[in-house]
Amino acid sequence: MIKRYGTVIAVDGLDLQVLRGECFGLLGPNGAGKTTTIEILEGLLAPDAGDVEVLGQRWDRDANRLRARLGIQLQETQLAEKLTVAETLRMFRSFYPSGPAVEELLETVELGSKRDAWVKNLSGGQKQRLSVACALAGSPELLFLDEPTTGLDPQSRRQLWAVLERFRARGGTILITTHYMDEAHELCDRVGIMDQGKLIALGTPRELVASLGAEHVVEFALGDGAALDDHLLAALPGVRDVRRDQTHLHLSTSELHRTVPALLDLLRNRDASLSQLGTHSATLEDVFVTLTGRQLRDE
Amino acid sequence: MNRPNPLVELTLSRFREFLREPEAIFWVFAFPVVMTCALGIAFRSRGSEPVIAGVVEQAGADQVVAALEQNGKFTVRRIAPDEADRALRDGRVPVLIVPGTPPTYRFDDARAESQVARLAVDAALQRGAGRRDAFAPVEQPIDVVGSRYIDWLVPGLLGMNIMGTGMWSVGFGIVTSRQKKLLKRLVATPMSKADYLFSIVLSRLATLSIEVIVIVSFAWIVFGVAVHGHLWTLALLSLLGAISFGGIGLLVASRARTIEAVSGLMNLTMVPMWVLSGVFFASTNFPDAMQPFIKALPLTALNDALRAVVNEGRSVDTMLPQIAVLSLWAAISFALSLKLFRWQ
Repeated sequence: MIKRYGTVIAVDGLDLQVLRGECFGLLGPNGAGKTTTIEILEGLLAPDAGDVEVLGQRWDRDANRLRARLGIQLQETQLAEKLTVAETLRMFRSFYPSGPAVEELLETVELGSKRDAWVKNLSGGQKQRLSVACALAGSPELLFLDEPTTGLDPQSRRQLWAVLERFRARGGTILITTHYMDEAHELCDRVGIMDQGKLIALGTPRELVASLGAEHVVEFALGDGAALDDHLLAALPGVRDVRRDQTHLHLSTSELHRTVPALLDLLRNRDASLSQLGTHSATLEDVFVTLTGRQLRDE
Repeated sequence: MNRPNPLVELTLSRFREFLREPEAIFWVFAFPVVMTCALGIAFRSRGSEPVIAGVVEQAGADQVVAALEQNGKFTVRRIAPDEADRALRDGRVPVLIVPGTPPTYRFDDARAESQVARLAVDAALQRGAGRRDAFAPVEQPIDVVGSRYIDWLVPGLLGMNIMGTGMWSVGFGIVTSRQKKLLKRLVATPMSKADYLFSIVLSRLATLSIEVIVIVSFAWIVFGVAVHGHLWTLALLSLLGAISFGGIGLLVASRARTIEAVSGLMNLTMVPMWVLSGVFFASTNFPDAMQPFIKALPLTALNDALRAVVNEGRSVDTMLPQIAVLSLWAAISFALSLKLFRWQ
């Protein structure tokens, strides 16, 4: 699948299959082409080249029937501010030939107490849950979610995840884009990592992390005036990869119990002081950084 | 659960959004009432008013002033000789009498008011000097309802309001939804696009009926502006006008991405019609060469037809040209907007 905007190639030869009943996460930084990809799958954009098949149907032939089988949540939609939650859901429900009652939708997304509140008076998390409820109004077989939790506080994110888990428990398929790694870990059966319009990795979160060949990351910062060459660090036992950013050094390692003492020995011998030291289990974030040499989010 | 009807739900949503917007309520309902009130008071019929006459302050002025004041129909102003030219030029006095034998009348021959004042002054001074009238005519002053300025104005304001509300409510709603990506979200559902566009027309008709009733009843109760023709003719014309301007609103909004862009286009469309289409003064004031163009404007057609039914009580078969103009605008604008409409 290819999509160009002028001279910019937003999606560059993407080839992807999502299976029924799975939750598939499309990961990548802003501008990676996630939204363009999902909007092509949703039938909102036409690809410049390539074939798209959704639930066994195609957009050029079966658009109307297909729409009734999909639930869609767009990244930038702002629902009408001066309609109530129930009024909004009732309107969306009216577009679909079958689906749950408005009261049932309210219950699913835990907005029963807000049914008569104006949309503009909802919190960010409540708005997103309403947006997902609108997507569920037609009892979809497949749910498309484009960064549904961006900008939400941790509690609101967990509430939304719970809604999605319930949808999956009933056999629904989800395609979600996100740039939160923990979200992908928590929700997704498989993830595809996108960068500059290309799919650069594909697999279960566990497989992708394992592909690093290093389950742990040691992060440290040196005290003032201290310096160490990369090749000294790379020679430490268990170390697979050495990376620097402006403040920290990162060592990927498969043997944390050997790498850390060896690192401390090296520092002591060199009389280099440490200003910070930490370790964490390798994550999808580390997968992305290793593959591209860049951070996933600019923070 | 029974599926709610999408056309009903879309229409209700739009209508609710409108009713919950205080500014919209003001512009649609309160503004035309305030406008009618202000103009009705400014241009009310004042009955007969005294004629203003200026007398140059010099020898003989006292006799002239006495003769005019005795008559009782004049407001006399004494003007110093060096002020005379200026008083005439800036319209403080429509006629200036220079006392003498015979007196001199100075006035602007091109101004109706000056001519009237000159005739009145002359008659009063001649009579004061001893002239006898050949006969005393019977005078019948009248104040016919239906021929006052307010009677003429109200149908024009109604037309202007039907235009403004139609275009703003249709155009603003669409562009706001487009800007907030709500339109895109709706297109991602199985919603029928025809239902969406039709719901805009339906909710507009709901506001229209309230709007027309408010303006017409207010003008009738406060200023006694009566509808001389059939009310259903008025209803039909309002409906046709609303559909026509709804279509133009749809066309103007069919591609605009931002509120700023659509506002500019709206004003570009409406301001010429405020001036040309005879809202506050008759469009016949413009040169003959412009008349075919002016007559082809939808607001001219609507105002002419509304005045024909409100002021003259004419029946619908006498307004076929205006009805044709409005229908044509409606058909063309709807057809074009369906072609041009940008859903995303």
